[in-house]
Amino acid sequence: MSNTIKQPIEPPIAGPAGKLIVWVDQRFPLMSLWNEHLAQYYAPKNFNFWYYFGSLAMLVLVMQIVTGIFLTMNYKPDAKYAFASVEYIMRDVSFGWLIRYMHSTGASMFFLVVYLHMMRGLMYGSYRKPRELLWIFGCMIYLALMAEAFFGYLLPWGQMSYWGAQVIINLFAAVPIIGEDLAIWIRGDFNIGDATLNRFFAFHVIALPLVLLGLVAAHIMALHEVGSNNPDGVEIKKDLDPKTGTPRDGIPFHPYYTVKDIVGVVVFLAIFSAIVFFAPEMGGYFLEKPNFEQADPLQTPAHIAPVWYFTPFYAMLRAVPSFLGSQFWGVAVMGAATLILFVLPWLDRGKVRSIRYRGPLYKRFLASFVVSFLILGYLGVVPTTVWGQVPHAIPVIGGIDTATIVSRILTAVYFAFFLLMPWYTKKDIPNEKPEPTRVTY
Amino acid sequence: MKTTDRSFLTAFCVSLGLLASGSVLAAGGGDVHLDSANINLHDQGSLQRGAKAFITNCLNCHSAQFMRWGHLTKIGLTEDQIKANLMFNPDTKFSDYMTTALNAKDAQAWLGKMPPDLTLVARVRGSDWIYTYLRAYYVDPASPSGWNNEVFPNVGMPHVLHDLQGSMTKAVVGEKESHGKKEPVTKLVMERKGSMTTQEYDMYVRDLVNYMTFMGEPVRIKRTQIGVVVMLFLALAFFAALIVKREYWKDVK
Amino acid sequence: MSAIVLNEVDPKKRRTLVIGGCALGAVAGAAVAVPFIGSMFPSERAKAAGAPVEYAIDKIEPGQLVTVEYRGAPHWIIRRTPEMIAQLAKNDALLADPASDGSKQPAVAKNPNRSIKPEIFVVKGVCTHLGCSPTYRKELAPADLGADWPGGFFCPCHQSKFDMAGRVFKGMPAPKNLDITAYRFEGDNTVVIDADAKEA
Repeated sequence: MSNTIKQPIEPPIAGPAGKLIVWVDQRFPLMSLWNEHLAQYYAPKNFNFWYYFGSLAMLVLVMQIVTGIFLTMNYKPDAKYAFASVEYIMRDVSFGWLIRYMHSTGASMFFLVVYLHMMRGLMYGSYRKPRELLWIFGCMIYLALMAEAFFGYLLPWGQMSYWGAQVIINLFAAVPIIGEDLAIWIRGDFNIGDATLNRFFAFHVIALPLVLLGLVAAHIMALHEVGSNNPDGVEIKKDLDPKTGTPRDGIPFHPYYTVKDIVGVVVFLAIFSAIVFFAPEMGGYFLEKPNFEQADPLQTPAHIAPVWYFTPFYAMLRAVPSFLGSQFWGVAVMGAATLILFVLPWLDRGKVRSIRYRGPLYKRFLASFVVSFLILGYLGVVPTTVWGQVPHAIPVIGGIDTATIVSRILTAVYFAFFLLMPWYTKKDIPNEKPEPTRVTY
Repeated sequence: MKTTDRSFLTAFCVSLGLLASGSVLAAGGGDVHLDSANINLHDQGSLQRGAKAFITNCLNCHSAQFMRWGHLTKIGLTEDQIKANLMFNPDTKFSDYMTTALNAKDAQAWLGKMPPDLTLVARVRGSDWIYTYLRAYYVDPASPSGWNNEVFPNVGMPHVLHDLQGSMTKAVVGEKESHGKKEPVTKLVMERKGSMTTQEYDMYVRDLVNYMTFMGEPVRIKRTQIGVVVMLFLALAFFAALIVKREYWKDVK
Repeated sequence: MSAIVLNEVDPKKRRTLVIGGCALGAVAGAAVAVPFIGSMFPSERAKAAGAPVEYAIDKIEPGQLVTVEYRGAPHWIIRRTPEMIAQLAKNDALLADPASDGSKQPAVAKNPNRSIKPEIFVVKGVCTHLGCSPTYRKELAPADLGADWPGGFFCPCHQSKFDMAGRVFKGMPAPKNLDITAYRFEGDNTVVIDADAKEA
């Protein structure tokens, strides 16, 4: 090992603060990290509305961690005291209500932001080569986030917490042969109880947050390795300024995108605060009404539905009929619907990335995919009887409730978007518009 | 923004809007029409009368186990007023929770089950539901308690407030067509008058529901007050952030 | 040509805007910190558990010590004998702070007896050194404490000694006399320990 110390850099600012930065930089890669990820990270200059949601997702993650830490100070993961400790936080802890509403609103807003972030990826082809791994890290974040939300939802120990967990854990019981034992192993008891609550608490407050932080770090490292995509889908690294060697259509992330993202952050916080302070229950969608009643293992609420961010998958689960005497098919379809996202980069055969230059088939498929996802989300909230029953049994599709049949069709549309993608993106190539050489700004 | 992006964004917002309105319809669609309780958490007189009504009528059998006597200071009462007028049990301390004198074993023996805790009932059922429910009891000889309810069919609790409201019965007043079948139209009619007029009773229940709404979330008024300040600050911050952003983005050509 | 052209930059204006923006951000940060820091202070339940404690003193024998828990800490109520009270006046030369000038007590108890009524001594039973609870050693001149022990309190952790008014002896690890939490009499018979009571 050498004892020589790194050559000092020029102090970036005058005065003692500048000297401190130099001192630290000789012992820690401060300036190189700063430059690599902010001051000399060149991002395309043509980011639009859809590009706010990445930084917003980071903001919500930080808020969830901070509010979560403070909730943990007063919450008791014990079936006897959990519900009462939440009310204790809401009533007796000073500002406990605010911290709790921030956390519950944050959970829903996290999914909203992540869904919009994923939508951006689909529109502008951000998953395409060389960003496959970036996309896969993102999908893993999404899965970890679903697990995190699921574990967290049991903790208030209300009726919805209890019966929601009951239904989801029983999905695992549908796995052939080992199912029953698997469900018992997950619960740690014959029914959901104190042991289940305790382990869900452990997963929610430490295991999954660690996984999430690691994945987010990997997601950002992968992003900064390959560089950001943009609404034109044009690779800015292909066109460098010969003088500086930096992309001609790129601008330093700091200060340009930091100041721009701050505007987005303020708008987001305004929406967030409006919910926290004026409608924390959000009409029963962010905090479900039956969850203000303590868990009662002897009585199921009249209508149970997962929180809105799970409902598209829940609707698919309900839509799939049992087959060969097993419920497993619904579970398999639900699992496949999330896992199919991972292979998306290898399904797309188009030549251009962005929806601006795609052919008509891709646009139609994407539009019907988004519409199916939204309607499935709606159908997962309401009872299957919401649209009444079909007058005559339909051959092949079968079924009685109109909503169930619609769910089945929309599930098929959801999967068609992925499974037919190699075909329709290839067929679209002659109808694609030429990609420009430079981004449009 | 290119036109394709914009049409997608528009389509996205429109479908979200449609879904939201659809969900609201679905969420509101109950079997029974609920009357609006017109609660007003700023009306401290109403809250205080409601607290008295709650403690006199409900707390004998139902607990409010997450509500502290001391929290009643938030509806404009002093510690001495609460102790003198509302805390009937001399052994109760000001810092205690509003528990019921009824214990679980007696409840099991007398009523068949422990009456539910009411601290959060306004958040579970909604204020309008409680308001309508407490005014929808009618005499039903077929029910074990002798009472039934339009909003909560086969309810276990008898009509505790019948001395005040009087007792109503269900009468057939006409017929209507529904899905090709004739169905009787029923209406509750006053059979025996109580000590209050209908108007007085409605006001009494409204005060009670107002208090129960407060009890479900005692911090609600403070929450919205802080919210107004936060929103004003964020409006200021928005313009500040926008000015800084525009200043820097002058450089981008 | 690069995407960034810096020919119309007014550095002074930019600096002002950034400082203004940062100031606004600092205000927001401070405002956000308030609820989080605030949530760590005692909750209303803790405050309720810390409500005043009442104790009826008529059953306390002369020389007897009773321990009452107040806000999680032992508080002693002692009915001192006339001999104990007489001894207090003779201790001054041995004490670090005989007049309790540098010690914590309510004004009504800042007197040689350190009490409202001479015979009833109310004190927080926690050593002012590092928080152990001293033992009550009312006997005179026991073998382990020496021939000149006038009766008082002895802390087992670091051997601090206090007299029967909780005053610390010279040269002890404890820096000051035992704290006296504010208290009052309700009638002749009841002591109310209440740290938040406003002094009349």
